[in-house]
Amino acid sequence: MGAGVTVNLENVWIKFGDFVAVREANVNIKGGDFFSFLGPSGCGKTTILRAVSGFLDPSEGRVLIGGKDMAGIGPNKRPTALIFQNLALFPLMKIWENITFSMEVAGASAGDRRKRADELLDMIALSGQGDKFPSELSGGQKQRVAIARALCAEPDVLLLDEPLSALDLKLRQHMRTELREIQQRVGISFIYITHDQGEALTMSDSVAVMRAGIIDQIAGGHEIYDHPATPFVASFVGENNVFRGKLQSVNGNEAVIRTNRSGDLLAQITPTAVGKMKAGDDAMMFVRPEALALGEASPDSKTTISANVLNEEFEGNSYSVFLEGDGGKQIKMSLPNLGQDRESSKGSSLALHYDASTAVVMPAGELASE
Amino acid sequence: MKKPMIFSEFFKNNGPVMGSILMVLVGFWIIVLIVLPQLSMLDFSFRFNLPPAELGGPKDNYTLKNYKQLVYGAAGSEGTYNTVDLMVFVRTIVTAIFVTIANIIMCYPLAYYLGQSKGTSFARLLVVMLIIPYWINEILRAFALRIIFGETGLINEVLTFLHLTAEPIDFIRQNYALYAGLGYAYILLMLFPMYNVIESLDRNQIEAARDMGASWIRIHRRIVIPHAKPGIASGATMVFMLSAGALAVPQVLGGPSSLWFTQLVYQWFNDSLNWQQGSAYAIVLLFSSIAIVLTLMRIFKVNMGDIGK
Repeated sequence: MGAGVTVNLENVWIKFGDFVAVREANVNIKGGDFFSFLGPSGCGKTTILRAVSGFLDPSEGRVLIGGKDMAGIGPNKRPTALIFQNLALFPLMKIWENITFSMEVAGASAGDRRKRADELLDMIALSGQGDKFPSELSGGQKQRVAIARALCAEPDVLLLDEPLSALDLKLRQHMRTELREIQQRVGISFIYITHDQGEALTMSDSVAVMRAGIIDQIAGGHEIYDHPATPFVASFVGENNVFRGKLQSVNGNEAVIRTNRSGDLLAQITPTAVGKMKAGDDAMMFVRPEALALGEASPDSKTTISANVLNEEFEGNSYSVFLEGDGGKQIKMSLPNLGQDRESSKGSSLALHYDASTAVVMPAGELASE
Repeated sequence: MKKPMIFSEFFKNNGPVMGSILMVLVGFWIIVLIVLPQLSMLDFSFRFNLPPAELGGPKDNYTLKNYKQLVYGAAGSEGTYNTVDLMVFVRTIVTAIFVTIANIIMCYPLAYYLGQSKGTSFARLLVVMLIIPYWINEILRAFALRIIFGETGLINEVLTFLHLTAEPIDFIRQNYALYAGLGYAYILLMLFPMYNVIESLDRNQIEAARDMGASWIRIHRRIVIPHAKPGIASGATMVFMLSAGALAVPQVLGGPSSLWFTQLVYQWFNDSLNWQQGSAYAIVLLFSSIAIVLTLMRIFKVNMGDIGK
């Protein structure tokens, strides 16, 4: 297997006529990394993948794989292998022929191909299934065949275009773990495209969050979740309560925001905006549902929100509580299910408390649409 | 392949009245329009050509005479073969096979282009432009080709103008016009089945093969052609059957010395008024064509069900 090879996008623009699909993308993927592009459909993530695999050329900028400029090198000559969203197994070829198609192209003998197919089938726990046709396998098995087929070419970089989206929930969760294990075993760089934040956060070393052709943030999963760089990232990755307002005061990396409906609230300025915000700026503050706790009206009222419970939903591991703050402000909080019988709090008036270090404030901007 | 619908289910889905009407119509189609005419031809081919007065009389027996005529010639010429008619038969079949192959080769690139550029307005325009000439009657189209291929036709004019030939070429006598006419007559019946199957090919499969380093030739050999096989087989069957059974095109475009087997059948029916003999010739052509199609399907591993798709 190829060692970890870097992939770099340098100032990449991709345009289709007047439509800009990707705007000024600068991405540096370390060798052997599991790197995800996360974003809603139509944000340009698949376009980036096609530019890396060679199916389209950037309008501007460069794609480098292993430090080598890929301009003018077709998909059949690049050290990449692509796993398609619908897998694109060849239905008229047997599994072993599917897996070793890249060897057939290279002119390997049938005997060698058969041997290699058996090795790969062992690896994906499908030993002895080589003579079946793709239609005879289950969804998860086809998935693994697609991975084996891509790995058979011994690529330096494996590109995956939402390959799990067609699977049911349990299988998807299982395949996440399996993909991560395979990636660590073979040690090559994986570039993974998904609109599912769970997939991106669980598997990736690094995640790039995209919106309408723009990469908003590139960071590790924790950083993305805890310190989103933009309102879009904050609202797209996980759930968040958003409070709009103007900054009241700034003190180092902390700021007080005068929210439109919920009074003055204290929060941390997101790292990328520290030093760039001043009193009077339009701002947004985000607090995660699980960061809110039931509390007494605390002496520091700047971390307390009062609200009435509208409704409660049981989610299994937690309760989602929907509240209404002053002026009809919708707020959601999440309470763990600790197994005790719990009386519904519906209709009661509560004080919600949060730790200022769990709330982030940043310049106002576009939110992810629901 | 879909399972045949069970009758009770068919009636349940369509209601008893509509179900009965549909069943009767389908039955009429199959029995009256397909089975009975063929059976009566088969019956004719085994009978003597008798004057109407003797029909049903003692002389109206079954006989193999009409078939012997094709193989050995008219009664009295024992020991020799009817080489003229047999040669016409062989040439008809062989030419029809070559016309079919030529159609496959001509249609594949076009069908691939149309199938993969699905829905673009240019592709749709192209399809319309392909169809429009077929609004014209087959015989008129054949005459149009005769004019184009004629001694002072468009092709000869262009060739002489470009000094590629000193004398006009006699395309009709050389049978080039016949081959071109047959090749053109049924080409849409090759194109559309091919276009339909290629359109259903997932583009990702081509890209996946390309991503794995496959050349275009290999992509077509391993991915596109195997996928298109049912369409190719379906088109080839129709073109072969119709070319071998064509009458108008050979009548109009055939050279003076070349006969098409269907012209022999036509002569028996129309000129000699010997329907029994004509039926025997027609039956031989029909069953030979079916046998050839079935053999080729066996060789290329195509199922009958695939053709019906």
